[in-house]
Amino acid sequence: MKAVKSLLLAGIAVAITGSMFITGCGGNGKAGGSDSTDNTLMGAGASFPNPLYSKMFSEYNKATNLKVNYQSIGSGGGIKNLTDKTVDFGASDAPLNGKQDSALSAPAVHIPATAGAVVLSYNLGADFKDTIVLSPAVIAGMFLGEITKWNDPKIAEINKGVKLPAIEVKIVHRADGSGTSNIFTTYLDKVNENWHNKVGKGSSVNWPVGEGSKGNEGVAGSIKQTNGAIGYIELAYAIQNNMAYSKVINKAGNVITPSITSVTAAANIDIPADGKVSLTNTDAPDGYPISGLSWILVYKEQKYNNRSADKASKMIKLIWWMTHEGQQYSAALNYAPLSPKAVAVGEAILKSVTYDGKPVMQ
Amino acid sequence: MNSSIDNPLITRSENLERVINYNAKSEVSVKTKNSIKRSHRQIKTEVVFRRTLSVIGWLMIALVIGILLTLIWQSMPSIKKYGFSYVWTQVWNPTASVVNPEVFGALPFLFGTLLTSFLALLISIPFSLAVAIFLGEYYPEGWFSNLLMNTVELIASIPSVIYGFWGLAVIIPILGKSIMTSSLILAVMIIPYAASLGRSMIRMVPANLKEAAYSLGSTRYEVIRSVIIPYVKSGLFAGVLLSLGRALGETMAVTMVIGNNNSFPKSIFSTGNTLASMIALELPEATDDTHISALVELGLILFVVTVVINLIGRKIISRYSNV
Repeated sequence: MKAVKSLLLAGIAVAITGSMFITGCGGNGKAGGSDSTDNTLMGAGASFPNPLYSKMFSEYNKATNLKVNYQSIGSGGGIKNLTDKTVDFGASDAPLNGKQDSALSAPAVHIPATAGAVVLSYNLGADFKDTIVLSPAVIAGMFLGEITKWNDPKIAEINKGVKLPAIEVKIVHRADGSGTSNIFTTYLDKVNENWHNKVGKGSSVNWPVGEGSKGNEGVAGSIKQTNGAIGYIELAYAIQNNMAYSKVINKAGNVITPSITSVTAAANIDIPADGKVSLTNTDAPDGYPISGLSWILVYKEQKYNNRSADKASKMIKLIWWMTHEGQQYSAALNYAPLSPKAVAVGEAILKSVTYDGKPVMQ
Repeated sequence: MNSSIDNPLITRSENLERVINYNAKSEVSVKTKNSIKRSHRQIKTEVVFRRTLSVIGWLMIALVIGILLTLIWQSMPSIKKYGFSYVWTQVWNPTASVVNPEVFGALPFLFGTLLTSFLALLISIPFSLAVAIFLGEYYPEGWFSNLLMNTVELIASIPSVIYGFWGLAVIIPILGKSIMTSSLILAVMIIPYAASLGRSMIRMVPANLKEAAYSLGSTRYEVIRSVIIPYVKSGLFAGVLLSLGRALGETMAVTMVIGNNNSFPKSIFSTGNTLASMIALELPEATDDTHISALVELGLILFVVTVVINLIGRKIISRYSNV
């Protein structure tokens, strides 16, 4: 009897510590709270901008000796860590939604840090590389399973002069939850009524057709191996791996080739003061329509958990540098530099961040 | 120390006893040479050691119960919202749209896990049995036997991501992504467990049983079929059970080759998904509470499935056990 009791107690104790571990700390439990004079900042979140951020942080470290420890655990994880205050800043490919916002103990701000795009990559053999044009209706039709052949009249109509093969359309989508899926489904949700009604937008959705693969590399691998396949991957990944990808007709009716120029153009629209804007289906006439910003997330009031003013100031300086000088590293890594309008909005937001009620930036 | 061996009055048989006594005594006397305190310390050490062992033992049990409780606790929101219908619902839709509400159903993944694992087991059994008999009975020694044994054991120590990669590069171009593909890869991965347990069991079959059969004119095949296999069948089954446990929980390799389709699989050649791979795929980016807890509940189901299969297995083993 005694043994059973002690066993039960031990079980409960382990359960409690275990669950505290799960809900409590994702990274270094000390990071957000340490008062410290130490020269390290902790960040976590989106994996999409990770190569760019890594480059920026390493350059910034050379210039200022500040160390930034960024963990690319995914936007969801970054938001969770920020909510738990285990990191100094979070990073996300999607702005916080209502639920996530209300889970935060204090308001957070979104600073646009870079922009990226999602391209539709396909495998129709070498003859079709860089020739295919797709329209919103065709993309949605394919991913809804309504367009099943590559020589469908709807595709042929916008690809005059291209002899489309009569092979099956094989859809490949991301199997893991991802910011890439979020941008892509947000786009489809905006441009297609049917998609909006049946599927919706999110980082994981219930795909009507197709097979799933993990990560950009998984989707790219499946496309390469399957004749007639089409899937969506990040622009940077597609360029680096020399994948075939389609041009897309944007809102203004122009045929746009995805490139860092057309993504920057997509972001050159009026951005609301809080920085939260979806670039998908952009109004910009020369903008690529399946683009998205990636944000750095920080608490608007930086005095929490015994954080020092010094730390807050170092972090805001870092983010300022990322949105200005740091942008020079974008192009070489196939990220789109921020548009002037996005930089301006970011500046205003950074100036609004406070420490104990006083602006951090002097 | 008084030696009794040299005492001429003691008879031979007594002497033997004395020798044993003498040895036992001297051992103790070496340890207790200095003072009586030593033996207190020895007793203390003994008690502390025994307690440490039992604490560690209880800790293991508490750990497993703790994991189970954590799983139950974390999946509470989903359990409350969907109840038992969670287990047989076929739709997994984390994103609500106008006509399709947010709903979580585990059936496709539960089925996927069971199907891939049992199919893998079916494929692997002939191979693991053959290896076990070959190494246990035909060539228990020699360089080729060592090479084969080490190779088979190496299969167990290769990280699963490498199997996944191998599947992507070699099997998928031929078969495509499907439940069958993941079962094939799983089958390779689990061969060593049944094979090496089976081999040691077969080597432990008493020689007199086999010799008796040979003396009655049995051929080697007949000895294997009617003496060795019946003698070790519970051991072989334990190995198979070990393999099954490995297959049920395998995540990485399966995720890479199964096609990650969240609808109910139509055949073994269609794409599917498993409990473990679903958790690995969606948990990192899940932010909605219901979504997270539905994913944890998948883990709970996997836990329960593993426990149930193990219990059934143990029942079967004890029923057919010769010991």
